[in-house]
Amino acid sequence: MQIYLPIAEVSVNVLLLIGIGGIVGILSGMFGVGGGFLITPLLFFVGIPPAVAVATSANQIVASSISAVLAHLRRKTVDLKMGTVLLISGMIGAGLGMILFNYLRSLGQVDLLVNLCYVVFLGIIGALMFIESLRALQRSRRKPGTVAPRKPRKQRGWVYALPFKMRFRTSGLYISVIPPAVVGMFVGTMSAIMGVGGGFIMVPAMIYLLHMPTKVVIGTSLFQIIFVTGFTTLLHAVTNQSVDIMLAVVLLVGGVVGAQFGTTLGARMKAEQLRILLALLVLAVCGKLALDLLLQPAELYEIGTS
Amino acid sequence: MRRFLTLLFLLIAAPLCAQEDVVLGLSQDRVRITASFDGSEILVFGAVKRESPISDVPLDVIVTLAGPTERLTLHKKDRIVGIWINSETVTIKAAPSFYAVASTGPLDAILRRTEDLRHSVTVPRAIRSVGASSVTDNPAAFTNALIRIRENAGVYQSLEGAVQLDQQTLFRTRISMPANLTEGQYNTRVFLLREGHVVSRFDTAIDVRKVGLERWLYLLSQNQPLIYGILSLSIAIAAGWLASALFRAIRQG
Repeated sequence: MQIYLPIAEVSVNVLLLIGIGGIVGILSGMFGVGGGFLITPLLFFVGIPPAVAVATSANQIVASSISAVLAHLRRKTVDLKMGTVLLISGMIGAGLGMILFNYLRSLGQVDLLVNLCYVVFLGIIGALMFIESLRALQRSRRKPGTVAPRKPRKQRGWVYALPFKMRFRTSGLYISVIPPAVVGMFVGTMSAIMGVGGGFIMVPAMIYLLHMPTKVVIGTSLFQIIFVTGFTTLLHAVTNQSVDIMLAVVLLVGGVVGAQFGTTLGARMKAEQLRILLALLVLAVCGKLALDLLLQPAELYEIGTS
Repeated sequence: MRRFLTLLFLLIAAPLCAQEDVVLGLSQDRVRITASFDGSEILVFGAVKRESPISDVPLDVIVTLAGPTERLTLHKKDRIVGIWINSETVTIKAAPSFYAVASTGPLDAILRRTEDLRHSVTVPRAIRSVGASSVTDNPAAFTNALIRIRENAGVYQSLEGAVQLDQQTLFRTRISMPANLTEGQYNTRVFLLREGHVVSRFDTAIDVRKVGLERWLYLLSQNQPLIYGILSLSIAIAAGWLASALFRAIRQG
């Protein structure tokens, strides 16, 4: 069954799109990542023009994130206060990123920057997470039956020495607002440039930089992703007219359902297992993009629009 | 202006050979793009009207169908410090978004170069190619790449031998248009040729337009981008909430 998309101006198979939406929805519910880093390349692959793919995936991420965050809210695994801090700084970052994106597009090197960003960030984050969660998993296996005792952190690093401290009850933290604000702003900028919610940067940053519990991280990440991607959708719709409603609707049918399954799956798994799976996923995407940059492409020429 | 030139050309050409005119029929003179649009096949058929007896020189027919032209940029990747990046960029002033040329025989045999230059019949001639560009020293490679990419995608078609001609009078051909069409006027031209010279030309247009929901959404996104953006967000929010509520109901009941 084919559907003609009015903005993308291509005809695509509906079931294929629902499938893409569903897979990304599952990941979104499980890991708290929007799934933009996966959905955008998948849409390129089925023939959607890049600009439309980037803008529309932002819109679809709003839907699957809302679906997942409502499930997390019922479990009380969303830190609304932390989410709000990340959100406000994320908005500022998204505005900056949009200006940067349009400037780079005028230079014609946007693809290169986006790909390099992806490879560098995904590579570093994936590798660090993989090593850390593998160790954590081994620790918990060595002492079967007992929960691995956490060493009380005496020295919590420079992050805890900063001023403007705030109490985040759900996460059980009492830290300065500066680190979350910086993380939020950075992720906002990235999300506007790469057309992603930034979950795959946000989730590890919350776990390793802000030391939030993994279960809370997923819900909180989703909460702020909703607003950042919602804002990005509006910006793309107004400045580039590249959001395809028809495409978004088909994708989100799969996405919202997938997200519900994803949260159920995620709740049944251990935090270390979740982190290791996310790390593997991040590394796989990174490897694919790195190969694209390093191997000679089959077609050296590429058509752009002006 | 082009009509006028055509007319002028016909007037000049008329005394040189016996007057032959095209009487053209199209299976459809408009293509409506609906949500379920999956490409379209146009049947172009017609007859040659003449008052004098058929000449001994065999007749050839060329049919072209061209989509609206657009400005394009082409990027070429090169390996720089180990990675493949866009190094050269060329702007192509006007390239049709769709172009099909069907003929009774091989184009280089039935069409003279001068006529091709005058009427822009073959695929490379249909692209108003690269203006003087300082970015690259090989602009022809870029035009060839554009043709190669678009031929692979099926939007540029060279259908040599696809026009059937009966009794030097009746001709017909089928041109299939792909699903990824852009809106606009698709100019259709029919050329009658003898010994490589164009003896008659007929122009008409097929109107390709989005209709219904497709048209409404497209216009909204162009004219009211903010409302369009809010609309798409509202749909996303509603869908997310609905799925969550639905799943809760299923689990509880």
